[in-house]
Amino acid sequence: MLINFLFAAIKAGTPLLLGTTGEIITEKSGHLNLGVEGMMFMGAFMGFSVGYHTESLPLALLAAFGIGAFAALIYALLTVTFQANQNVTGLTLTIFGTGFAKFFGEKMISEAGGSPKLSDYFMKTIAERPLPVLGEIPVIGKLIFSHNPIVYLAIIIAIICSLYLFRTKAGLNMRSVGENPAAADAAGINVTLVKYVDICLGGGICGLGGAYLSLINGGGVWNNSSVVSGQGWIAVALVIFASWSPAKAIFGSLIFGAFSVLQFYVPKDIITIPNAFYGMLPFLITTIVLVITSMRKSKKGTQPASCGVNYFREER
Amino acid sequence: MRREGKERCHEPWVHVVKKTEISASKTLLLSILAVFASLVAGGLFILAIGQNPFSVYATIVKGAWRSSIARKGTIKLAVPLLITALGIIPAFKMKFWNIGAEGQIIMGAIFATYFALFYDHLPHGILLVLMFIAGMIGGGIWGLIPAYFKSKYGTNETLFTLMLNYIALYLIKYLVEGPWKDPASSGFPKIATFSENARLDQILGVHAGWLIALILVVLVFIYIKFSKHGYEIDIVGESVNTARYAGMNVRKIVLRTMFLSGAICGLAGMIQATGAAYTLSEGITGGVGFTAISVAWLSRLNPLITLVVSVLFAVLEKGCSVMQSTFGMSSAVSDILQGIILFFILGFDFFTRYRFVFCKKKQGEGSMSC
Repeated sequence: MLINFLFAAIKAGTPLLLGTTGEIITEKSGHLNLGVEGMMFMGAFMGFSVGYHTESLPLALLAAFGIGAFAALIYALLTVTFQANQNVTGLTLTIFGTGFAKFFGEKMISEAGGSPKLSDYFMKTIAERPLPVLGEIPVIGKLIFSHNPIVYLAIIIAIICSLYLFRTKAGLNMRSVGENPAAADAAGINVTLVKYVDICLGGGICGLGGAYLSLINGGGVWNNSSVVSGQGWIAVALVIFASWSPAKAIFGSLIFGAFSVLQFYVPKDIITIPNAFYGMLPFLITTIVLVITSMRKSKKGTQPASCGVNYFREER
Repeated sequence: MRREGKERCHEPWVHVVKKTEISASKTLLLSILAVFASLVAGGLFILAIGQNPFSVYATIVKGAWRSSIARKGTIKLAVPLLITALGIIPAFKMKFWNIGAEGQIIMGAIFATYFALFYDHLPHGILLVLMFIAGMIGGGIWGLIPAYFKSKYGTNETLFTLMLNYIALYLIKYLVEGPWKDPASSGFPKIATFSENARLDQILGVHAGWLIALILVVLVFIYIKFSKHGYEIDIVGESVNTARYAGMNVRKIVLRTMFLSGAICGLAGMIQATGAAYTLSEGITGGVGFTAISVAWLSRLNPLITLVVSVLFAVLEKGCSVMQSTFGMSSAVSDILQGIILFFILGFDFFTRYRFVFCKKKQGEGSMSC
């Protein structure tokens, strides 16, 4: 029971982990992109559509990454080069991305004459299966080493991003851009380039999260209305909960994933909490975390200082 | 800086400078250019999916105004958008990034629904006034919470208001499934439809929300432009330190403005519940809270322009839903076109605020003629 619960939590937490990792990379470069929901939606569509037509998982993931990065490129162009307001641009990206995915999703449905379904061959490549040797370990084998391939990919991406952020020179440059772009600029870092690269990278990872939702959570069938339903916003919340660290996001996504499946595992006859409360939990806890970190007034684990403010070189 | 005749210019060949001021006519010209460019881009998109852009655009415009039912539908779409955008304006003027309009609409609707469900024996006029006030208080409280923490602890308001949206949304879910569930409805849980007594009256065939919205346009315009409060909001938005130095109570201004901002959004929720939906459901906002932010920003936070823009957005949305039946094209195209228009206007806005300076190579004395 407990193992099943944790297994489901990991499964439900993976798209959140991808979305959050992408958003952390974006925010660390000083840009709050509220378009996560939109980028995930676009990734969900592209991933599904390419998987549907080519039956290749790598191609599907690549397409999802590509469209996410492309959407983020629009955002980067507007906020970095054209100095547009980040909140408004991000929200617009969500409107655009949702419309984009729903529009082409509906087109795909009408062309397929009914809900398009992934081929059995493709479903087999994304099915859950125990890894050789490791999967045979009792308990842990079932819990950790018996997932679908994208789960491992997500964790690897989060670890790589964590190393990139905190262990490489490029990551250091990027964090300094996020904290104080003027100082970074004076130190000779190409602020514009760093921002473009990281925003697009972050968007691409968000796109992968969307692909997970349509390929895995969707059960192989495209459903236009409920592919991405708020997971993008939970990912934005999780960034705060994980205090802008991809490594912490791995555990954070496990906890948030657990919240989302909790209601199916709580013994209903013992604990009676309204169902809506489980959905509210991630947001409630994030709000509390947000308030507590601001009350502590410590610089650690807070939003990058310049996040949300565009950098204009000649501003005095 | 002296330059020798042959020396090349060492400055980058182009750089960007902030404009000090720009005339209203130039701003207007740029805005028209932006809209035109976005229509062309949208047209290219329509062309790419194999439709004739001209006939699609014509269908959108005609579709939204073709019959009195369609016209009423368009107005019904415009009302919540307009009121919510008006609510966002004071907060954004203050550079308080209130993206919690969704939540504030919901709280306004919840508070109003309480009276609609449990006090519908009261006389019609009194009941509606109660709901009106309750809606404003509900939205106002939801705006006040992040303002309190922002002014006391500097809590990030963008993220806080964003979270409150979803807390409010799940609050509706709780009410729908739990205490306010209509016992008479079997199957899917929902809240009972309001009795005739608790519904907003109609004026000229559309619920009175449109009149309230128009009155609000004037009130918010006066408040922002001519009142002392409006002036204070402006100063706090420009520089908190300047405001402090001038002896303003910044905390009070932030709290007051956010209550007002939330209250207007809450009013939109009350009107949606009692004028359009006659009930409370999770879809009460229809995403208006987010679209309204774009509308307010597009209108440069000017209430009068907001009126025009929200009607145009409503036409686009209504027209696209008509197009679905004529062209068999998904009405989601409305979101795509909205997105494209907004992207272009956000991009073009740059040219009203900044200008390019080209470094000219000059002989002798002339350093840079920028």
